This record gives sequence, structure tokens and C-alpha cells, in this order.
Amino acid sequence: MEYFLQQALNGLQLGLVYALIALGYTMVYGIVRLINFAHGDVFMVGSFLAYYAIERYALPLPAVFGAAVVGCAVLAVVIERVAYRPLRNAPRIASLITAIGVSLFLEYFTALNQLFGPNFRAFPRPFRVVSVQAGGIEFTNLLGIILAVTVVCLLALQHIVYRTRVGRGMRAVSYDHVTAGLMGVNVDAVISFTFGLGAAFAGVGGVLYGIAYPQIHTFMGIMPGLKAFTAAVLGGIGSVPGAVLGALIMGQSETMTAAYLSSTYRDGIAFLILIGVLLWKPTGILGSPRTEKV
Amino acid sequence: MKRASAVVACILAGVCLAAAAASASGKEIKIGLITPLSGDVKTFGESVKNSFLLAVEEANAKGGVAGMKIAYVIQDDKNDPTEAANVANLLINRHRVRAIVGAVTSKASIPVSDIAQAMKIPALTPTGTNPKITVADGKRKDYMFRSCFIDPFQGTVMARFSVETLKKKTAAVLYDASNDYSKGTAEVFRESFGKLGGKILAFEAYGKDDVDFSALLTKVKASGAEILYLPDYYSKVGLIARQAREKGVKAQFVGVDGWDSPDLVKIAGDAVEGGYFVNHYSPDDTRPEVQAWVRKYRERHGQLPDALGTLAYDGTRMLFEAIRRAGSDDPGKIRDALASIRDFSGVTGKMALDANGDAVKSAAILRIEGGRQKFVRTVNP
Repeated sequence: MEYFLQQALNGLQLGLVYALIALGYTMVYGIVRLINFAHGDVFMVGSFLAYYAIERYALPLPAVFGAAVVGCAVLAVVIERVAYRPLRNAPRIASLITAIGVSLFLEYFTALNQLFGPNFRAFPRPFRVVSVQAGGIEFTNLLGIILAVTVVCLLALQHIVYRTRVGRGMRAVSYDHVTAGLMGVNVDAVISFTFGLGAAFAGVGGVLYGIAYPQIHTFMGIMPGLKAFTAAVLGGIGSVPGAVLGALIMGQSETMTAAYLSSTYRDGIAFLILIGVLLWKPTGILGSPRTEKV
Repeated sequence: MKRASAVVACILAGVCLAAAAASASGKEIKIGLITPLSGDVKTFGESVKNSFLLAVEEANAKGGVAGMKIAYVIQDDKNDPTEAANVANLLINRHRVRAIVGAVTSKASIPVSDIAQAMKIPALTPTGTNPKITVADGKRKDYMFRSCFIDPFQGTVMARFSVETLKKKTAAVLYDASNDYSKGTAEVFRESFGKLGGKILAFEAYGKDDVDFSALLTKVKASGAEILYLPDYYSKVGLIARQAREKGVKAQFVGVDGWDSPDLVKIAGDAVEGGYFVNHYSPDDTRPEVQAWVRKYRERHGQLPDALGTLAYDGTRMLFEAIRRAGSDDPGKIRDALASIRDFSGVTGKMALDANGDAVKSAAILRIEGGRQKFVRTVNP
């Protein structure tokens, strides 16, 4: 039982980090129907910004988060403006391929020596990780921080989407961007904001990921990005609670597979669950069916 | 248009003439070096390159080898098997090298060995320890050599050390299922640890891109193993060791030559403190050859030479020795001369190349103390 609970905590930590990345996928998809493959790389940039903030400028932790959040948000807004906006009315496949292009661009361009460089770097821990034993289970302050930061982010997101003007705009554009535009919503601004907001969460995820798994390189965003995307689809892409739920399921399935079967099956089982859920409910667990408008 | 093509023809002719002139004088032999200068094991690549250059400079300062100046081309394989195959082809087909030093890691050396074999160009990996580099499916790749011991040896050495010196009876092993080097040593360790009367309580694989080892480490902790064997490169070992201590795993860490990097302690912090690993040499060794080498490397590069760099120095010099014995730049003759080396005396010790082209030589066991590597003892084959 202790073993199970310990593994559940391990899974929770992994799931929470996935959740922060999955939010960006689901929000962007919800609003412009684009799978933003560059999102995992924005997350990577967040990790690197945090790395420089700590290593080179020795900033305190809140400022580290601030640097990653602002940096990622600006980057995502620029990407949207340069790469996606010109293609907004183009066939969807064009935007998808552009997204893959942006992703590769970020990975290889940042790997140049003049930027982040191609090497693996040790991420400096801004605080000491302490673990406390209680009832045979090991709790770390790291898990506490990840949990607290993620919950704060989710509450903030909930507030923005349901209690603010721009949130109402997001919901309207997501529902029907032509009509929303006719009603006076500034569609471009709302879309930019959504990209920035999603990237800000990825930035937070990048900092937490760097702290939890202290090694970063420019290709580090690929796997977590893929997993978070899967989580978003599993939970129902376009749905914010769905993304979180999907990420928590992914975290648990990976950990439990490694704990009771073998670590080599962890990705296999995670994707089996995805396939199973999509067969049973093609829109994902919390996704709502959407009829194609003519 | 006509004029342009005439200019191109002139340039081409010039290039050909120049090339012909260079080869006609017969005063130069071109060697390729394949080493990871970027990516996850960059520190290995850098020190191999530094040492290779030192060996080349020394040889050229003495007027070259067998009357030929050594020219070289260095290529980065990024510790990626595909990239290693690409650069091996590039070196052989474009740069026309007569011999190759490399690659550095096992997974990059295996594709290089196949290409060298197919193109009949002798290649020597200074540091790749997986048996499959020189022998595949029971067949010897007779153009491939190495100047280091092989994985079965280092796995056995650590198993024996764990049982006989550390007096531990139970062990857990975590390895990278996609890495020949990691998997090979893990299996050898399991087998010899069992033979010596020890028990393996957990034998678990992870993937190349995994960074979260919490599930596996919780398993290791629950198993109560006294030893945790981590046969992988420093970047992965650092991550695992750190998470292990955070998860309350108290086992003694032991490992392989892939640990040998200053970055291990940077990534792992004090988590690897007290860990033992097998290596090819130690800069603390008091033999005069070792001390002279350490001094030379330090003067030039301002740091201690690691084991892989030292092996690269030995390996490159062993290749030069073969060229000297062959007395020609003919790849076939260089190969034959390499195969006949039985008594090469290098910084890392005396070595003989056996029938498989593998070096038979001693190993060193090191311990990490206060973030530094301390020499414990030498183990003979």
C-alpha cells in the first residue's frame, strides 16, 4: 500500500508538469483549431530562460518564473503573428505544417552556439530539495512547490476565462470567430492573448521541469510536448479541465506501468489508453462534440 | 556563359593539379577523427579531440610518421549513430582519409565499424567498449580495432569489487534499453554478480529520453538492494543519482567508465558522493608515464585529462605506431600492422591487441570523494 501511494505521488508530480504544458495545446486548439507543435519548444525556451536567470543573473525564484513567463509569452505572440496569422484562412493542413516548421526552427536555431548551444546543461537548483518521511512515504518540498504553482495557475486561468472581459472574448472567438468579430470582439488581439497565455503556462512548466529533472537541452521539449499533446487529446482537446484530467491520467499510467510492469512499456501503455478512449469517445473524456459548420 | 564555364574549368583544373601535387610528393597521410563535440556527451568529445591533437602535434614535431606528415579532419558525430555513419562516409569518400580514429561512444562506433569494414579503411575506437564494435554475430570485423578494454571486463570487475571488497550481497541495476553500451554492461554485471553469490533484486530498463525515474527508484527502494549499478553516461547517471537520493534510496552507487566527467558532479550534486566506478586510468596514478602525460595535458589545456582523452592519446599513438611499422599510407598495410601489435606501452598501461582487435589491459577503480575522483586500485585482467 505504501508502495502504491508513493508511486501515485510520483505520478502526480509528472502529471502536474504535463498539465501545465497541455493547457497551451488545448487553449490554442480551442480557439483557432490549430495543433501548435511548436508549443513543446516554447516550453524548452522557458527552461533555458530560467537557467540563465539563475545561473547568470542569480535572480530570486519569483523573478525566475517572471522571466520565463514573459519570455515565453512574447515568443509565442511573435510566432503567432509571423507564422500563423498569415495562414489563418488557409487550409488547416498548411498551418499544421507551419507549426512543425516553427518547432524544428526553434529546436535547431536555439541549438546554435550563438544562442543556447547544442549541449546538455545542468540546471542549477534554486533551492535545496528536502524530503520528509511520513507513514513510510517520502514527500519532497519539490512536489509541494509543483502542486502549489500548478493549482495557482489553474485558478488564475479559471478566473481569466470566466471572470474577465478578455476571457469572455476568448470564449466567444472559440465558439464562432466570425460572429464574435461582427459583435465587436477584436479577434486578432484575443488570439494573440490566447497564444501568450498558453505559452506563459508552458514557461512555468519549463521552470518546474528544470527544477525537477535538472538537465536541459534544446530538444528537451519534444517528448514532454508530445505527452502533453496526448494528454490534451485524451482529456478532450479544447477543454481546459479535460487537459488537466488527461495529464494526470498520463502521469499515473506512465508511473504505474513502470512500477508494476516495466519501464519500457510506459509509453506503449499510455498510448494504448489514448487509443482506447478515442475509440469509446472520439472527442476525449471531457470534450464536447462539435458539428462542422458549413 | 561560355566565359563562365571556362573560368569554372580553369578553377577545377587548378584544384585537381594542386591535389595531384600534394599526393605526388607523398609527404602526407590524412587521418579522420570522429568524436562527439556537441550533445549529451560533449565533454568526452572535447577531451578526445584535445588529446588527438596533442598526439598529432607531437608526431609532426618529430618529422611525421614513416616520413609522412599527419594531416587530419575532425568531424562531430553528436553521439548519434546516424550522424556517426554520415561523417564516416564523408571522411572516407570525400576527404579520402587513410585511417580513422573513432568514434568515441559504443553506439556511434558500431555504425562506424561497419562502414570502415565495408570500405576497407582501418578504424580504431579509442574508447568504445561494446564487444559488437569489433565482432558482430560471431564475425570479426577485421578493419576495426580499439585501445580500451571491453564491457564484459568492466562489468565483471565491478561485480567482483561489489561482492568481494564492498561485501554486499544484493544489487539493483538500472540501464538504458536503447544503448548497447549500457545494456551490455548491465547484463554482464547481472551474470557475474549472480555467479559470485550475490542476488539481483531489480533489473530495470528505461528509455533514452526518460528524465523521470521516480517509479523505478521507488521500486529499487522497495527491493532493499544494497548496491545500485548505473551503467550509463554521466548526464543520465547524474539525473538518476540525484532523484534516487531524493526518493530516499540509500544503496551504494557503482558504475562504469561513462561516469568520468566533471559534469557528473555538476548534475548530481553530492548525490554521487561515495560512488565507485571502473575507469581506464586515474590521473592520481603515480607511474611516471601518467604523471608526465598529466603535466603535458595540463600545460596545454589547463585541466586534468580524463580517461577517454587519455585513451584517445594512446589510441592515436598506437595507430601512428602501426603506420610506422607499415611504412606506407596503404590502408591494408596499416590494418595488418595494427593487427600485429602485441606490446604497446601507453599512458593507460601496457596493452596487447587480441585476435578480435580488442585491447587487453588493466582497469582502475575510482571513488568520488568531495566531488573529485580518488584512485582506489588497479585491477588486472
